[in-house]
Amino acid sequence: MSSLKKYDAIVIGGGHNGLTAAAYLGRSGKKVLVLERRYVLGGAAVTEEVFPGFKFSVCSYVVSLMKANVMRELMLPKFGLELLPLESTFTPLENDYLFRTADSDQTYREIARHSLRDAETYMRFGPLMGQIGMAVRPILETIAPNAIRPSLSDLFNTKKLFDHMKTLTSQQFEYLTKLMTMSSADFLDEWFKFEPLKATMSASGIIGTFMGPRSPGSAYVMLHHYMGDIDGSFRAWGFQRGGTGEVSMAIARSAEHFGVDIKTEASVKNVIVKNNKAVGVALENGDEYNSDIVISGLDPKQSFLNLVNENELPSEFVQDIKNFRIRGSSGKVNLALDGLPDFTCSPEEGHHLRGAISISPSYDHLENAYDDAKYGNFSKKPFMDIIIPSVLDPEMAPPGKHVMSCFVQYAPYNINDGWNDEKREAFGDAVIDTLAHYAPNIKDIILHRQVLTPADLESTFGLTEGNIFHGELTIQQLFSLRPAVRWADYTTPIRNYYQCGSGTHPGGGITGSPGEMAAKKILGIW
Amino acid sequence: MLNASICKINIMSYYNQFTANTQLKLSPFFERTSQLNESQEWRRWSGYLSATNYELTHENEYFAIRTKAALLDITPLKKYLIEGSDALALLDRLVTRNIKICKIGQVMYTPWCDENGKVIDDGTVQRLTENKFRITSAEPNLDWINHIASGMDVKILDDSETTAALALQGPNSREILNIISENTIHGLKFFWMMDTNFNGMPVSISRTGYTGDLGYEIWMDPKHALSIWDLLLEKGRPYGITPTGLHALDIARIEAGLILLDVDYISSRHAIIESRKSSPFELGLGWAVKMKKNDFIGKNALKRELDLGSEWEFVGIEIEWDDLENHYRNVGLAPGLPSTAWRTSTPLYYNSEQVGYATSGTWSPILKRYIALAHIKHEYSNSGTVLDFELKIEHFKKLTPACVVNTPFFDPERKRSCPA
Repeated sequence: MSSLKKYDAIVIGGGHNGLTAAAYLGRSGKKVLVLERRYVLGGAAVTEEVFPGFKFSVCSYVVSLMKANVMRELMLPKFGLELLPLESTFTPLENDYLFRTADSDQTYREIARHSLRDAETYMRFGPLMGQIGMAVRPILETIAPNAIRPSLSDLFNTKKLFDHMKTLTSQQFEYLTKLMTMSSADFLDEWFKFEPLKATMSASGIIGTFMGPRSPGSAYVMLHHYMGDIDGSFRAWGFQRGGTGEVSMAIARSAEHFGVDIKTEASVKNVIVKNNKAVGVALENGDEYNSDIVISGLDPKQSFLNLVNENELPSEFVQDIKNFRIRGSSGKVNLALDGLPDFTCSPEEGHHLRGAISISPSYDHLENAYDDAKYGNFSKKPFMDIIIPSVLDPEMAPPGKHVMSCFVQYAPYNINDGWNDEKREAFGDAVIDTLAHYAPNIKDIILHRQVLTPADLESTFGLTEGNIFHGELTIQQLFSLRPAVRWADYTTPIRNYYQCGSGTHPGGGITGSPGEMAAKKILGIW
Repeated sequence: MLNASICKINIMSYYNQFTANTQLKLSPFFERTSQLNESQEWRRWSGYLSATNYELTHENEYFAIRTKAALLDITPLKKYLIEGSDALALLDRLVTRNIKICKIGQVMYTPWCDENGKVIDDGTVQRLTENKFRITSAEPNLDWINHIASGMDVKILDDSETTAALALQGPNSREILNIISENTIHGLKFFWMMDTNFNGMPVSISRTGYTGDLGYEIWMDPKHALSIWDLLLEKGRPYGITPTGLHALDIARIEAGLILLDVDYISSRHAIIESRKSSPFELGLGWAVKMKKNDFIGKNALKRELDLGSEWEFVGIEIEWDDLENHYRNVGLAPGLPSTAWRTSTPLYYNSEQVGYATSGTWSPILKRYIALAHIKHEYSNSGTVLDFELKIEHFKKLTPACVVNTPFFDPERKRSCPA
């Protein structure tokens, strides 16, 4: 056992939020060390060449919510942030399709082909969600106040939020309340009639969440996904050139620019706590690093039930963390393709392959998929959110070849009899069969396939139960309750031990926000 | 490579076989207009490709409107057919004009409002039969009309792609139509319409338009579109018929003092914020609000506004020439005038306080005046008030006097008159 150089701060986990926190601290002149267990940086925002010549955004696959100020302050464009627009959604149907694009005339005409009324309503729905997003953003961008023992800055933030709430119009208030409480299906039923449109829109209410479109609370998850539409510098979903790992790498390069040390293949065994105060970390290989503070970018279960001894924590806090809902609901299937899929409803290569492809023909399709998962099975006919990154960025695959990313729901972590190799392949087969129903040539063009179950997401990426958001985005675990009451401001019951992952406010997605706000909180205390 | 099945929508609605490599809609006249458009300049209008100008500049087309006959493809207008025993009641509830006095064959221009008396859209209501009407609008309104029609005995049909339309505008328009039409249109009065046929092809002709000149709009089945276009061009040639695009139209409609949605006002349905919404009174459409008629949508709010007074007025302004010329003289230039109508909101001041903004303006080639349409706070809106109009001369901001004047700027007698 050797004791090495002393740091101001150590960040556990080289995911994009950990790197963001490190970069901000480095930017303020702190000496920071980031320790990553894997050989590669990025956590769930990672690019890996899984098969020779074929690069994949292995887990997280699109970017929309990355905060504009983080991009600016960390100079990310200089360090490789390049977001290509991903502006359409294609929903294949039996003998038909729904194809929404960034152009309002085109989208109006396309929806009008199915429902004239929906086409009109759709034109009002987007701006309304933009307004709601505006109403919510100040909440997301405020450090969640400690609701029990508010500090002076908590009171200040609380007043700021109340002042903000007073500026909301009655319409904003109405829809905000509805979005906080309703199911995405009920919410969308108030607006639209055409089932594939509603189902596809509702799908963003179930992503990463163990809920169906008819489960109350799913409307909020939908809103969370709408927030990207209003971010300053770009308005829709984007695809990072080189895969989402390049977002992490841009942040890592920024961090290094600010003097941060980053070590990969450095697995942290535990946080060293003395007198209820974090003083450093111990690695699996026996190395120890001392530091004034320790920040965990891992999820709350890892941060508090694994990295520290439960005895160091108040029992009610331990109970809250144990109750924190982090149910894995999704899997990922990454395909290396010899060509492009031909959708029966639209059999040629075209613009529809440049955006998202959503297998969401109806609420029933999604809800039936959820029902399978509720009772411990993977969905026989899953919901899928598919993109073909190589269409946007040819460097992802060898010339003429393609990579396809299929985000798949549902795949429950707690599957009957547990996950094994056989079950993983059966899940992969269900995904391919569902896809082949709409694009029959898919089976002929698959060169390689990588199937990731929630168990794989846990073992490979350290995501407890394979939950992509470090805990579900449901109202009882948001804002001042994320991850637990009193400890939503990035502090923990252990002095000098902080948290900065997606399990903290404002939650999951490639946002940089938890990392940024944690760093700012820490710098405020320092 | 474009996706054929996504493209095919371009030809779905119409009988012609013409296609183009575009994701925009093609009007049934496109096969002709695309051949005639020498500039290949197009604008979007309701998702359609619509000619900006056919020649390389729009001047000839503008003067066709004022001195000859201009032919415009106005198919992109939204059109709805409303039929049933409650059709009259529905329209009377929907719009601010009194539709009960609209006779069969008559047309009424009207705005319509939301419950707060803010304008949603404006257009014309045509009474086709006792129980059948057509209403035109700038934007899709089907959802709103259906909402108002709840529980009424009416059938509402989107007629936007089932009826094609042309506007023939200008002093010679009557002569041309008379040659072609089976029935004489001499007796067709301003804002009335009639059914007739051209070489056996049935059409409706309304004496309406968006130019403030003598002019007609011709409503037809899209399957006759190309034949009727050809017939008009052939018979109209000796009268100077001229395919005309949106640049020329924009100048004419400003001279006529006619408002344009999304330019001069924003529909309350998607204004997002209150300050962007306008009542009919604030758009100079008070004359079209009939407070004595039965309940209509927005009536209570409009009554309150009448009692309290409107905050804004919509007026014409004229930018005074001598001062404008002096500004240019000071930098050593001859006066620079916009070559086309502009649509950028431009501040207007009174004693250095901003009291309004112009939303569209143009040099009027027929009046030789620089004119604009503007929203002005009520207390500064009296005719004759001199305001300061903001302009940029050689990159520097200047103020120049602009006088509030009555609209229409241009209002020829021929617009309303009938031959003896």
